[in-house]
Amino acid sequence: MSETKKILKIEDLTVHYDTENGIVRAVNGINITLDHKEALGLVGETGAGKTTTALSMLRLIPDPPGRIVSGSIEIDGLDLMSKTESELEKIRGKDVAMIFQDPMTALNPVFPVGEQIAESIRIHEHVSYQEAMERANEMLEIVGIHRERAKDYPHQLSGGMKQRVVIAIALACHAKLLIADEPTTALDVTIQAQVLELIKEYRERYHTSLLMITHDLGIVAETCDRVAVMYAGNIVEQGTLRDVFNHTLHPYTEGLFASLPNINDRAARLNSIPGTVPDPTKIPDGCVFAPRCSYAADNCIKSPQRDNWVSESHMVRCSRYEEPSFKIIRGNAT
Amino acid sequence: MSPPILEVNNLCKHFKTKRGLLQAVDHVSFAVQKGSTLGVVGESGCGKSTVGRAILRLIEPSSGEVLFEGRDITKLNATQLRECRRDIQMIFQDPFASLDPRKTVSQIISEPLRLNKIARNKDDVEKQVLALMDTVGLARRWFNTYPHQMDGGRRQRIGIARALAVHPKLIVCDEPVSALDVSIQAQILNLLKDLQEQMGLTCIFITHDLSVVHHFSNEIAVMYLGRIVEKAPAEELFANPLHPYTRALLSAIPIPELTERKKRILLQGEITSPIDLPDTCRFHKRCYEAMDVCKGPEPALKEFSPGHFVSCYRCAAGKTK
Amino acid sequence: MISPDNSTGKEMKPDMDRKQADQITEALEYKRLNFWAEIWRDFKKNKGAMIGLFTFIVIIAITILSEFLFDYDTQVIATSTADMLQSPSGGHLFGTDQYGRDILIRVLYGARYSLLIGICSVFVSVLVGSTLGIIAGYFGGLMETIIMRTMDVFSPIPSILLAVCLTTAFGQGLGVLMFSIGLVSVPSFAQVARASVLTIRDQEFIEAARASGAREYQIILSHVLPNALSPILVQSTLRVAVAIVTASALSFLGLGVPPPMPEWGGMLSDGRSFIRDYSYMTLFPGLAIMVTVLSINMVGDGLRDAMDPRLKR
Repeated sequence: MSETKKILKIEDLTVHYDTENGIVRAVNGINITLDHKEALGLVGETGAGKTTTALSMLRLIPDPPGRIVSGSIEIDGLDLMSKTESELEKIRGKDVAMIFQDPMTALNPVFPVGEQIAESIRIHEHVSYQEAMERANEMLEIVGIHRERAKDYPHQLSGGMKQRVVIAIALACHAKLLIADEPTTALDVTIQAQVLELIKEYRERYHTSLLMITHDLGIVAETCDRVAVMYAGNIVEQGTLRDVFNHTLHPYTEGLFASLPNINDRAARLNSIPGTVPDPTKIPDGCVFAPRCSYAADNCIKSPQRDNWVSESHMVRCSRYEEPSFKIIRGNAT
Repeated sequence: MSPPILEVNNLCKHFKTKRGLLQAVDHVSFAVQKGSTLGVVGESGCGKSTVGRAILRLIEPSSGEVLFEGRDITKLNATQLRECRRDIQMIFQDPFASLDPRKTVSQIISEPLRLNKIARNKDDVEKQVLALMDTVGLARRWFNTYPHQMDGGRRQRIGIARALAVHPKLIVCDEPVSALDVSIQAQILNLLKDLQEQMGLTCIFITHDLSVVHHFSNEIAVMYLGRIVEKAPAEELFANPLHPYTRALLSAIPIPELTERKKRILLQGEITSPIDLPDTCRFHKRCYEAMDVCKGPEPALKEFSPGHFVSCYRCAAGKTK
Repeated sequence: MISPDNSTGKEMKPDMDRKQADQITEALEYKRLNFWAEIWRDFKKNKGAMIGLFTFIVIIAITILSEFLFDYDTQVIATSTADMLQSPSGGHLFGTDQYGRDILIRVLYGARYSLLIGICSVFVSVLVGSTLGIIAGYFGGLMETIIMRTMDVFSPIPSILLAVCLTTAFGQGLGVLMFSIGLVSVPSFAQVARASVLTIRDQEFIEAARASGAREYQIILSHVLPNALSPILVQSTLRVAVAIVTASALSFLGLGVPPPMPEWGGMLSDGRSFIRDYSYMTLFPGLAIMVTVLSINMVGDGLRDAMDPRLKR
């Protein structure tokens, strides 16, 4: 990898929540890097730790009960762990913007949408009210909403339009890095297509980097350059799209692909992954996926997991890859 | 061919709102053969959930008939309806809201048994509940647990066990896997398919997820703003989609493969308001192939090829690509 | 720690091709906690609530014990000019009143009136108010309008005014007191019950019950009521506290429990004329009211906090 400054560099991040049922190990020692203009998809199911990772990036985890136990987060070279709250406020929205999952609740119901966009601008830049409103109108047009709707309140807009407004707010200051946490999950599939297209066009025009958090591998295939697969707080596999989709390494990733009903291939039976996600307060010591893994060896349950770099771009967290002959070929294991 | 187990004719449901008449379901007709699955697909507001509930009369239809085994359900009185409810059951979408939080798993599953006096005594109830739990793959030790202590997949299994308790002939599944994780979806879909084969169940599978419905249905009906716009056998619909909306819907699905992408059809604008709908093709404002004639009255559902029905002027005129 | 549990092999019966029967994670080893056991567990953690509960239990114990410890005629109401107006001392811990009666004994004995009035009046108004509220919330329409507007008519009526009217009409006495206090609490229960039912009514599990063949009354009793219980329960404890204060206020005004029964509010009233020189006569009954009401409120708050997360799950 070239040593140019990356837009995002997360090293060995571990985040725990202290709850009355025990310590929830939400994120366990993950590493993520993202180049400028690149898009990384963070894929995982419920409870994998994706949202916690995203919130940690902006230091938005409530402390208590959450705490960043270890690790470093660098955004465009800035070390976020050492910043004070007021310094962080300057970074949020300006250098890094976040789109949250539920557009229904992300907007303030008592303000017109134009004003909410303008507010984001005025927080970070010293511009007059009129100028901010003008830029807000421009943002509305960029996201495909007619500017006369700037006076409308959120409840007067449909779900898809609300999400576009949320995107407009996030991008109003033309942040370098956009974190999108399941931005289209609550939307109809045709609206989802519009919103994804919008994000794509915006990125092409403004060269924004993107961290796309989703459970949908299809969305990742469409919008991202690289992908990281998360399971129970660990990134089990990371690589380019080609690496992960066509040369899948980790058994969990294989299981994910196998359980998808693919419209191009009407299989008689879906292959599911037996068992369930482990209780986050009782994460096992060795490989966290071992109990459900059809390739698990004795070693897997006991030994701590390391990242194995199979190629320059492709990483897998699986101790069986320490054996030189071991390899999964997706499609054979069914 | 034997008569269909379920026949819906011109089913309508409208609501009077402050802003006008909301036609949630407008002259929907279809028939389902015993043992097969009809998939009903559409996005939010298309009326698919309303259709499902109307079949069970959880929502009273405004007009039309629902013929189950030849009998019109809409005309039954309360007692007859309760009897009929033993034959038609529903699996609900939300595994959290569809189970009473104050009841244990066994109480939830046994309720239909007790209400319909299927079990003779307490021991019989327990035996039947345990058998149902085994059938749906729920470990017996959950017998006395409360739903909020279980995950979504297991909760959905409880819902399925409850629906099966009365040995129904027809099950309406209203988005049964939408709220579940992908790997759990697969488990539940497999379970539903197995149960259908073992018990000879007829299913109506309501969902917005075309990839799921492809996997699970014999025939698919696509709905838009209260009407069926296309209806065809599953393979045919995917191989040869005719209605512009169906084609847009199919192309909108993100494919988890690195194949070449076909040019995606992007629909303009949002779904139009379902209130006070004029009598024209409901899709023409967003249709990328709209012609002048589309502003005329609503096109009828015409049979294009055997079993393949479309409601579209352009298709009828043979001008689709 | 992974617990390979063989019984879970049954869980994945359709997909049991693999050898993982004993390796399938059953990490979610939930204790089968009863609904009420979970509430109790959370309640216990609230120190204030536990103090309140303990105090309340002590008060109940006093009420029960005082029935056996004190003789009503000789100790509670017997007058004695020789012992008049004595300040608190060894012989009379709380002092004596203007009739020579021991205030400590009267305060302890008087607990029963407050508790009786508080609990009984709330009991009746819970039954009436909740029933009305549940019916209004569940069936809606005209029934809801009639019931709730009737409630709206009654709710602004201050209990004291109502008690004045009723006492004038029917005479003084425990029964009239309980009735008037109870009546005034009915609208608040109706409103709480209705609001609770509105959130439950449209949930899918109600539809599911209907689809299973349940009749409406079965749905209300079996599904709506247990789920609507939490806010009603919290409201009950808080209204008991209000009822006790109201009863005391009414007795203070001479409308409540007639003398010589040692109701705390009445004792406050007795002490009014002597408040400058013999303030202990008002102090101790007043403290008794305060401690009782405070402990009940703390229990009610603790209950509300313990029950709240339940609704969110």
